[in-house]
Amino acid sequence: MSALLRHGRYVLGENPVTAVAFGLFVVLILLALVGPSLAPHDPLASDTARKLEPPSARYWFGTDQVGRDILSRVLVATRLDLAISLSAVTLSFVVGSGLGASAGFFGGWTDRIVTRVTDTIMAFPLFVLAMAIVAALGNTLANIVYATAIINLPFYARMARAEVNVRREAGFVEAARLSGNGSARILTVHVFPNCLPPMMVQASLNLGWAILNAAGLSFIGLGVRPPTPEWGIMVAEGAAFIVSGEWWIALFPGLALMLAVFCFNLLGDGLRDLIDPRRRT
Amino acid sequence: MSALLDVRALTKRFPVRGSERRVHAVDDVSFTIERGESVGLVGESGCGKSTLVRLVTRLLDPSDGRIVFAGRDVGVIPPAQFTHAPERRLIQMVFQDPADSLNPRFTAFDTIAEPLRRLGTPAQRAALADHVAELADLVGLPRELLGRFPHQLSGGQQQRVGIARAIALRPRLLVLDEPTSALDVSVQATILHLLAELRDRLGMSYLFVSHDLNLVRLLTDRVLVMYLGKIVESGRSEEVFDRPAHPYTRALMSAVPAPDPAARRARIALVGEPRSPIDPPPTVCRFHGRCPDGVERCTREMPVLRPGPAADHLAACHFGFAVGAPAQGSGARRSGGEPAA
Repeated sequence: MSALLRHGRYVLGENPVTAVAFGLFVVLILLALVGPSLAPHDPLASDTARKLEPPSARYWFGTDQVGRDILSRVLVATRLDLAISLSAVTLSFVVGSGLGASAGFFGGWTDRIVTRVTDTIMAFPLFVLAMAIVAALGNTLANIVYATAIINLPFYARMARAEVNVRREAGFVEAARLSGNGSARILTVHVFPNCLPPMMVQASLNLGWAILNAAGLSFIGLGVRPPTPEWGIMVAEGAAFIVSGEWWIALFPGLALMLAVFCFNLLGDGLRDLIDPRRRT
Repeated sequence: MSALLDVRALTKRFPVRGSERRVHAVDDVSFTIERGESVGLVGESGCGKSTLVRLVTRLLDPSDGRIVFAGRDVGVIPPAQFTHAPERRLIQMVFQDPADSLNPRFTAFDTIAEPLRRLGTPAQRAALADHVAELADLVGLPRELLGRFPHQLSGGQQQRVGIARAIALRPRLLVLDEPTSALDVSVQATILHLLAELRDRLGMSYLFVSHDLNLVRLLTDRVLVMYLGKIVESGRSEEVFDRPAHPYTRALMSAVPAPDPAARRARIALVGEPRSPIDPPPTVCRFHGRCPDGVERCTREMPVLRPGPAADHLAACHFGFAVGAPAQGSGARRSGGEPAA
């Protein structure tokens, strides 16, 4: 355990970009946890007398078209956006890599079925597919998560399949068999953990994409319903006011969105370095 | 007492994708390994050595034939069940490429402990750390390196870890698949020394696969020469090396660098490529076409292993031990400098 901590410190010290990304990630997680109590105003309370106020000492990020405090709404939305993207990515990571790893390891019919299913999903424009799923299943939080998970599934399945496939014939797999490991154990204990480093990079890049996807669904009215604070809806609502000069409504939630995606994208390399023993010295 | 390993008519055919044809990787191979004996297996790349080794270690299923180990036919046990068969711990293997054969995420300790954890006796599992340390001592791996990952070890140290893992369960048969070919020459010697010492100390039998004929001669009691899935010659090592009977073996031996340039034999250069291993005609000698001695009979009748004058020495050639080889191509043989026996 202490070796892991030492290694973590080494990775962060060696790579300032990774350190910044991890710092940002910690801030995002903290905001998600305590955001609602930091919010200076009620994110849902409208005050039409103070609508469309530009950023000021009282309203740092300004107010929107019904007079709600944008800073509070951006802070409160962190939890929802992170929850949607993290659970969607976790779901597609677990299911996709499980399917892909089995396909790559066992080959034959397992491989054929998994490959066809992922190819079929990939054949659709993914965002349109997500729209269709949410429209068909109903506009709930769970369905947004499922839709995001399903359209991301093929990436994990394909990657896990390829990574497992190249290691299937490796010497250490044969050695594991000689040491008395059955196929299931070889796959889960010996092969799959070695595929984790590139999978983690994929997961963290995907996290940013999942946030954008959820925000995109909300933007076109198929995601989280107003007045719930969510970055995508806020950008959508603000978009109409940019032309008339009220730039702050869309800008601040958009910045938060960008920062989160940026953070997740940078996180990838660091995460790989952390879990790859070959990076250890 | 019966042989430790008795392989009878072992055959492995791989399907060729998209056709009914088969690659005959190992074709009707029979040999035995006695207890405590070292048997060498030589042959060029693609001759089926690795397939044969994987059949014997039960990493592959044979298409046909029997693998009798210590009196039990282990060839019929499905691989999934063989994992838990009592013979699993008795047949182990040292791999060619130590870097590839060690799990990059396992420390040396975990790699050596893995077979003990999975197949060890309760006593071994209880005193795991002691057993691993003892094994590290046995293979000359400093104990302080046990916490390292494979990439933090040198090639020689990696191979020591691989050997420690292979002998952890005290196997009766240790298969060595070119254990030194991926190592520096200076490290090769120490690893070979270690292997010879371990064999004597632990009383194991070795099946030693190698390209290096000098090593095979040095380390083995008997040798099998393989060509395109078949054993073409077998016998006591000194017998085969000093009086090779099969033209392929002669060509191999002539390629061995001799320490004394004056004693160097004339090289027998083989021409052409090996025949295709895909459904080879059953009546044609596999070596025909590259053989300096090939005659028309070799295309009509597949030569079988036949005994020569020395005990235990078998060769699969119509003219192997014959006095007065066929006129054709015999010049090449004579220039090889072998006795005309």
